[in-house]
Amino acid sequence: MMANMKTMFDLNQIDSQGGSVNVATNGQPIAAKNAIEVRDLNFFYGSFQGLKNINLDIEEGKVTAFIGPSGCGKSTLLRTLNRMYDLYPGQRAEGEINFYGQNILESGQDLNLLRSRIGMVFQKPTPFPMSIYENIAFGVRLYENLSRSEMDERVEWALNKAALWNESKDKLNQSGLSLSGGQQQRLCIARGVAVKPSVILLDEPTSALDPISTGKIEELINELKHEYTIAIVTHNMQQAARVSDYTAYMYLGSLIEYGKTDEIFIKPQRKETEDYITGRFG
Amino acid sequence: MSQIVNIDQAVFAKRKSTNKIGLILSSFAMVLGMVFLIWILSVLFIKGFSAINLNMFTQSTPAPGTEGGGLANAIVGSLMLILSCTLISTPVGVLAGLYLSEYGDRSRIAGVTRFVTDIMLSAPSIVIGLFVYALFVAQVKHFSGWAGTIALALIAVPVVVRTTENMLRLVPGSLREAAYALGAPKWKVAFMITLRAAQSGIMTGILLALARISGETAPLLFTALNNQFFSTNMNAPMANLPVTIFQFAMSPYDNWVSLAWGASLLITFAVLGLNILARVVFREKVQA
Amino acid sequence: MNSSASLNLSSAKAIRIARKQRIQDFLFHAVTQFFSLLVLFALMGIIVSLFINAGPAFNEFGIGFFFDNEWDIINGKFGGLIAIYGTLLSSVIALVIAVPLSFGIAVFLTEICPGYLKRPLGTAIELLAAVPSIIYGMFGLFVFAPIFGDYIEPALQVTLGKIPFLGILFSGPTNGIGMLCAGLILAMMILPFIASVMRDVFEIVPPVLKESAYGIGCTTWEVVSNIVLPYTKTGVIGGVMLGLGRALGETMAVTFVIGNASRISPSLFAPGSSIASTLANQFGEAEVGLHFSSLFALGLALFFITFVVLALAKWMLIRMEKSQGVKT
Repeated sequence: MMANMKTMFDLNQIDSQGGSVNVATNGQPIAAKNAIEVRDLNFFYGSFQGLKNINLDIEEGKVTAFIGPSGCGKSTLLRTLNRMYDLYPGQRAEGEINFYGQNILESGQDLNLLRSRIGMVFQKPTPFPMSIYENIAFGVRLYENLSRSEMDERVEWALNKAALWNESKDKLNQSGLSLSGGQQQRLCIARGVAVKPSVILLDEPTSALDPISTGKIEELINELKHEYTIAIVTHNMQQAARVSDYTAYMYLGSLIEYGKTDEIFIKPQRKETEDYITGRFG
Repeated sequence: MSQIVNIDQAVFAKRKSTNKIGLILSSFAMVLGMVFLIWILSVLFIKGFSAINLNMFTQSTPAPGTEGGGLANAIVGSLMLILSCTLISTPVGVLAGLYLSEYGDRSRIAGVTRFVTDIMLSAPSIVIGLFVYALFVAQVKHFSGWAGTIALALIAVPVVVRTTENMLRLVPGSLREAAYALGAPKWKVAFMITLRAAQSGIMTGILLALARISGETAPLLFTALNNQFFSTNMNAPMANLPVTIFQFAMSPYDNWVSLAWGASLLITFAVLGLNILARVVFREKVQA
Repeated sequence: MNSSASLNLSSAKAIRIARKQRIQDFLFHAVTQFFSLLVLFALMGIIVSLFINAGPAFNEFGIGFFFDNEWDIINGKFGGLIAIYGTLLSSVIALVIAVPLSFGIAVFLTEICPGYLKRPLGTAIELLAAVPSIIYGMFGLFVFAPIFGDYIEPALQVTLGKIPFLGILFSGPTNGIGMLCAGLILAMMILPFIASVMRDVFEIVPPVLKESAYGIGCTTWEVVSNIVLPYTKTGVIGGVMLGLGRALGETMAVTFVIGNASRISPSLFAPGSSIASTLANQFGEAEVGLHFSSLFALGLALFFITFVVLALAKWMLIRMEKSQGVKT
């Protein structure tokens, strides 16, 4: 089984085995792999430096949370991971971001392919102006040629994964905008999951939602993490403590501390981290 | 102990009266405006309706001195001109608008184009007629419906470009990003997501452009000219309502003048109807 | 086995898809850019063609063409002054009348109008702005001019006509049709347009600003003149200039009522010509030659005048938006 899994993930030749979490058949857990390794990352908005020398690993199959006060760069960091910043002239990144060994900051990377492997859910729910079914099918159709019944299956599977199937199965043809806020966000998660990425990036996914919807989505994250690597940015520390395995605390563009969530919240190593967590500032 | 403020009654009174005068004058202006609106429209309706009968839609424009007649050729001609103009200006305008909104931040061509579009939006339409004449009519030595179509398109395209770009820019960036985040190529994001999200606004722009060209006379004067007879040949002078009005209005023939009023009413219905339709379409979008 | 089924995509297929997408995106960029350039070239084409066709007139008359007030078709002597004078004068008359009225309407719509009337009245004004200009021409020719000539002009003549110096403006036969009538019809035409722009601009004023003025006891009129107007002044001026641009280029509303006489008279009651009316009346029969090319020269003058006014208006509107922090 181990041999089946490629250690090098060459983006220019997408591999059908890439990015899956695996447990060896002899029951022993494989040594933890990093889905993404960030090395010496610096990011600039024009002349303003938004990220300073970031170094961290994002372990596959785990949830990594990024916390910190406003403006600390956590969203910026998340958006470098799928090169979303590339849409805007004047923003640039320097350094290395290795996605299963392949540096995605290299020129010549096919960004569309990359983004199909690293998905993103945004703070504000963004259902496309089409039916619920089409919302999900849109992403799948980009890279796969499925028959009608296969697509139906995929849509059902994705909506199930997002815990939205029961609420939407009777109105798949209605516009995505007809759902409530929390449902819309779950639709966006379903949409992201439907294309079967390796990594899912969540940028403050519940900050625009009410507590009940927030709770449902946190449950979702807990279930998804068995099969996907998840990175989540949140300004809600309690949420980070609830859902994540690893936490990174950032401040003013630098990574202050990074480690297992339990350790960070119970016994942080840096005073700045402790101050933020105990609410002394921020 | 509180101090009692001494209000200067004279100053206060003057302020109050200034206010009153100003507001009364403003209301008067509004009344004047409404009076003109009602006056013009009622004259139009009264004189126009008296000219409307079945003949107007079945018979062509009468020769000088002959009785009766209708506007059939002009109506059909106008419809053909407007339709062909729409078929040309919609794709051109929408695609150019797409370019300005999706690539506009990085391109200098976009900035210049935007400026040019604004100039052309308010350029005198008679000058556009001159230009099309020089380019298309003078070369082939005859007037044509196609020349008229091009002249109208030159007026309609800037409207469509502007509204398309504005509507596309209103689509939130997060919607585009969500599509990119799935790995969609730029053209799919533009057509299947952004354009779709803005579609009712863009429709509104197209309808407004249509409304504008329906009433334009000057660009047709030297391009499509007019045609006394019924013809669907776009390669020859094309009958149309606005130029017909121009020719008939200042003539000594009563039936010509009456037809001119009828044509005016038709045009006004079309223009106002399209405007109202555009508003309804737009309001539906805002409520969606 | 706890594994996520990953995307079943062979590497070759992925490369093919990626390459196809790159080509599609390239085509998308090229096609949209092409149409954008088309608009650009259209304008350049207009300017070029105007110059080329006006060339013979410039060769013959030189730049003095624009200041020569002869327009003799038979003897082939042409000068642009008559038409330019008519265009400018009728537009100025229109502005002088329309701007204060538009201001009043805008104030009414934003400050005085009861809530339930705001939308219908505002819509009515906007619809008035959409009425084609030839309708105004018809209205002017058949309805307004006769009344104007029978009642209003004589009234003006016996009142303002008696003032020394100013009186000459109101002298001469009162036929209705003429420069003043054209100016009034133009005013009616651009009134709704300027009023709409002013109303839109007035509504951008943050309510907090007005409330703070009301809060210290200002009357409505004072709020308008001291808060709203200064805040929106560049936008207002921009809107006025846009209205001016429209008035300058207006053909049909003017042609019907300006009288089409090729001379400049001191009286406002006398007929005249504007550039647009000259073109509308004479272009159809002009033979290629000096007459033809002089008409093009007039067109060029009109285009240039309108261009300057519009560029100024745009500049002012951008400045106002910038001062409010709107990204331009």
